[in-house]
Amino acid sequence: MYVAVKGGEAAIANAHCLLADRRRGDRSVPALRLDQIVEQLALGVDRVMSEGSLYDRELAALAIAQARGDMIEAIFLVRAYRTTLPRFGYTNPIDTGTMLVERRVSATYKDLPGGQLLGPTFDYTHRLLDPELAAGADVAEPLRRETEAQAMPRVSAILAREGLIEPDGEMPQDHVPGDITREPLEFPMARDIRLQALSRGDEGFLLALGYSTQRGYARNHPFVGEIRIGGVELELDVPELPFAVPLGTVRVTECQMVNQFKGSAKAPPQFTRGYGLVFGQSERKAMAMALCDRALRASELGEDIVAAAQDEEFVISHSDNVQATGFVEHLKLPHYVDFQAELDLVRRMRAEYEARENPAKAEEKKEAAE
Amino acid sequence: MRGQEARDQAERKAAMATLAQSSGDDIVRLWNEAGLPSQAELLRGPETGLVTLRGRIGGGGAPFNVGEATVTRATVRLPSGQVGHCYALGRDKQKAKLAAIADALWQDPARRKEVETGLIAPLRAALTTAHEKRRAETAATKVDFFTMVRGED
Repeated sequence: MYVAVKGGEAAIANAHCLLADRRRGDRSVPALRLDQIVEQLALGVDRVMSEGSLYDRELAALAIAQARGDMIEAIFLVRAYRTTLPRFGYTNPIDTGTMLVERRVSATYKDLPGGQLLGPTFDYTHRLLDPELAAGADVAEPLRRETEAQAMPRVSAILAREGLIEPDGEMPQDHVPGDITREPLEFPMARDIRLQALSRGDEGFLLALGYSTQRGYARNHPFVGEIRIGGVELELDVPELPFAVPLGTVRVTECQMVNQFKGSAKAPPQFTRGYGLVFGQSERKAMAMALCDRALRASELGEDIVAAAQDEEFVISHSDNVQATGFVEHLKLPHYVDFQAELDLVRRMRAEYEARENPAKAEEKKEAAE
Repeated sequence: MRGQEARDQAERKAAMATLAQSSGDDIVRLWNEAGLPSQAELLRGPETGLVTLRGRIGGGGAPFNVGEATVTRATVRLPSGQVGHCYALGRDKQKAKLAAIADALWQDPARRKEVETGLIAPLRAALTTAHEKRRAETAATKVDFFTMVRGED
């Protein structure tokens, strides 16, 4: 029988001391500063903000440094920090149509008001490692082109004029947006709650599911109607002021996925839509989110649910990497008592099995034991 | 009078937006250069909390919650009685306090011009320059499509 014991305090303290040392690494190499992480590992910072569900660059950078670059650990740290702060309220919904655009592309229209702006993209690079970067070469200032500021309406608004695409997702007038940080998940869930879960969901998980829809598991013929990245202003209604108070600007990535739809008993043939909106410059994540959003609208649009990406409970219950890592990683913590109990059980079952299969041998064993 | 009140509110909101978007360092530097008074009674904060950021489904549809952002707020009262507020993204407490004092000073007709010219105008100019730079850099990455001439003749 296993007797419960205490112990490991010194080992734990020493392990954490060792962790701090290994985190710092070779002392002859200068220590990373948070502003270096914010500026030079910006997309990693964005991922931590997006999946940590907290917009704060310096905190995300601190989390990345503290986690030694382990993104899920960093996301976990940010999520934990969030719970220590009071909540002041819900902002007014952002207007991505008035975004200060830093990148905007459409795969459906070549010529559109505002044009195709590539911005700081990895697209069209040759994916060759750059020895000059390794050598720390100076970087040229970017070119500028002076132009009149042009309005950049969302592509969905342009498509809507022909009436062949469904409108932006509406909810009943009296619907209050759900909040998964306040209420437990319940299935089936409304699209607004699903989008909140997807926006903080694991990029790799959503990417794989989005990919699966392209490969034929819940195929839904997507086009990127538009991706736009840039700054949007936030405003909050507060009782002490007669107007919405401006909070500053956050950078977000929005993806409008447009999907061919042959029609069903519930809806006529048209283009349907999937929507992605995430913190920071996180294009892959926004696209994956939009693909998953569309796939998860299967029952709303009268499609057969045949694939994992359409299964709301499966997708949403497993998209959160903090929950996922918590449950998977808890397996390595001491389970000595549980295991002892199972060991006993398996021994007993094995003995019964052997007694059944080979009574003579079992009798022999029993005698030997006695 | 109603029109004047609305204009005042719009101007006050614009000043608060400028303060919220500016860095704490810039605010402190200009504050000292302009010699603005920083004497005020703290009524609340500065304290850091969260706001939940909302988007709209499809860009213009029903609202949904995207995630949280850190916000720091402060409320102050000047010796002359005006109460000023600040809410700004981030965790910069000194910035929130100074921005709240700036908001209170702004409401004092005798001080408004000083705050506008010494603090808000230069901050706004810096933000506009930064925006224009960013816009021009992005514009340089605009794709100019042209039709290929077919070599048939």
